[in-house]
Amino acid sequence: MATREYSFYPGCSSQKGASSSNYLVSVETMCEELDIKLNTIPDWNCCSASIGYAGGGELPRLTLSARNIALSEEHNPDQEIVATCAACWLSTKEAAERLNDDPDMMAEANIALAEAGLKLTNKTPIRHMAEVLVEDIGFDAIAAKVTKPLEGLKIAGYVGCQTNRPFGIAGESFENPVYLDKMVDALGADSVPDYEKKVQCCGGALAFSEPEKSQELIKGILESAYDHGADMIVTPCPVCQMNVEVYQGQINDTHGTKFDMPVLYYSQLMSVAFGRSAKDAALNGQIIKSKQLEEIAGK
Amino acid sequence: MNDLNTNMIEKYRNSFLNEVEANVEEGEWVKMCMQCGVCSGSCPLGNAWEHPPQELFMMIRAGKREEVLSSDSMWMCTSCYNCIVRCPREVPITHIMHGLAHYARRLGMEPKEQPTAKFAQLFWDNLMKKGRVNELKLGIDLYFKVGEGMKTALKNKDIGIAMWKAKRMNPMEFFGGHAVKDLNGFQKAIKKAEELEAARLDKHKA
Ligand code: SF4
Ligand code: SF4
Repeated sequence: MATREYSFYPGCSSQKGASSSNYLVSVETMCEELDIKLNTIPDWNCCSASIGYAGGGELPRLTLSARNIALSEEHNPDQEIVATCAACWLSTKEAAERLNDDPDMMAEANIALAEAGLKLTNKTPIRHMAEVLVEDIGFDAIAAKVTKPLEGLKIAGYVGCQTNRPFGIAGESFENPVYLDKMVDALGADSVPDYEKKVQCCGGALAFSEPEKSQELIKGILESAYDHGADMIVTPCPVCQMNVEVYQGQINDTHGTKFDMPVLYYSQLMSVAFGRSAKDAALNGQIIKSKQLEEIAGK
Repeated sequence: MNDLNTNMIEKYRNSFLNEVEANVEEGEWVKMCMQCGVCSGSCPLGNAWEHPPQELFMMIRAGKREEVLSSDSMWMCTSCYNCIVRCPREVPITHIMHGLAHYARRLGMEPKEQPTAKFAQLFWDNLMKKGRVNELKLGIDLYFKVGEGMKTALKNKDIGIAMWKAKRMNPMEFFGGHAVKDLNGFQKAIKKAEELEAARLDKHKA
């Protein structure tokens, strides 16, 4: 099978020493195994996620994404843009749609980009890595790569908000998407198809500014996973991963709970199931370690 | 009161709805709302909204300018997009919430000490400096300018240490950190976009 190539938008949180650097390491491992080549968009910038709006008006925010798409069109022509971060994907795809629908806005974005010597054509599809896996690679091909099935692990698939709404993965419902469960099953683990909190909001960026309110939401996400007897949670979103993992200690302090639930990326599960080391799967990036996954990786 | 605010009051004396339609991101959709209430039942932080989205839309039509723009409510939006996929009229509610928040901020009417308003502004300022977000500086700013200062910083210290051990936080970021190479071009492009947007708002001056 020929190598698939995509223009890659990694996003701020994936950078070295940043909060989802473990996501990027495991995505690189996963892509090596699946024969996917990611060509990083040279000199990409922040998308301003869904929180830049206080300081950034509509056009400045659209221009952020327009610059990334323009750079991709210039340096990685004819390659679809793929993002791994939910917020990056959403911002970029939303900007592309808005600019396509609004010629005045598009003209102004191009006036702004001209200041940096760039021009936006805006013909590039903007996709999430989950779409690449589901639509381009497929569950069968993923299952065929498994050398160390994740047998005996029960994994709650937490899809979250922005990977799922408003765009989501084609053919999936907003209220009950099943692709993450299918991925878990393809890797030989047991999914939790009736996990009630799979599309529940974790508070997103408001976990920083409204910690108590957000931690109530996170508590529900964890409780439901425990109720189903899950060993760990898997997610495609860096904000979900961080919020659900790192506040468990504070929630325990406030509520007297005893949460100690690992929260992994799908790419980490795949790296392990495909036979790669704990290091390649970036399991050392977990704050709550998954001993079960480390054991499988060490076998 | 800032000048833009004075101008807008003059210009739209009779219709706050017209003002929203002309100046707020996706504001032209407000009139499509049929007051079904589905959006209001969808917000994850629902009980923290004094005026849930449906009510804000009603208040806009009723001309309650001061109450809407100085409201804490739209700053409670987590950008979960529940509302958008459920609204029978396909109103882009999330974007209108962001748009109202931004417009209120521009007019200097956002509630003071609103933590998300402060955080969102810090986030923007942070990314404008280098073209990419510096999580460490953002975190430090957040704990000292938004939270209860030292108390919050200490409470989050354990998280910081755990992140650093897992190589997901780098103290050296404080001295520079990741940046776009063409920072000059980046900043010029965004500045131009800001000028173009301000010019559009200026057109609406009295
Ligand atoms: S769901 Fe849509 S139509 Fe219903 S109240 Fe909200 S904005 Fe209006
Ligand atoms: S996107 Fe905002 S307004 Fe819509 S349901 Fe979520 S929190 Fe409420």
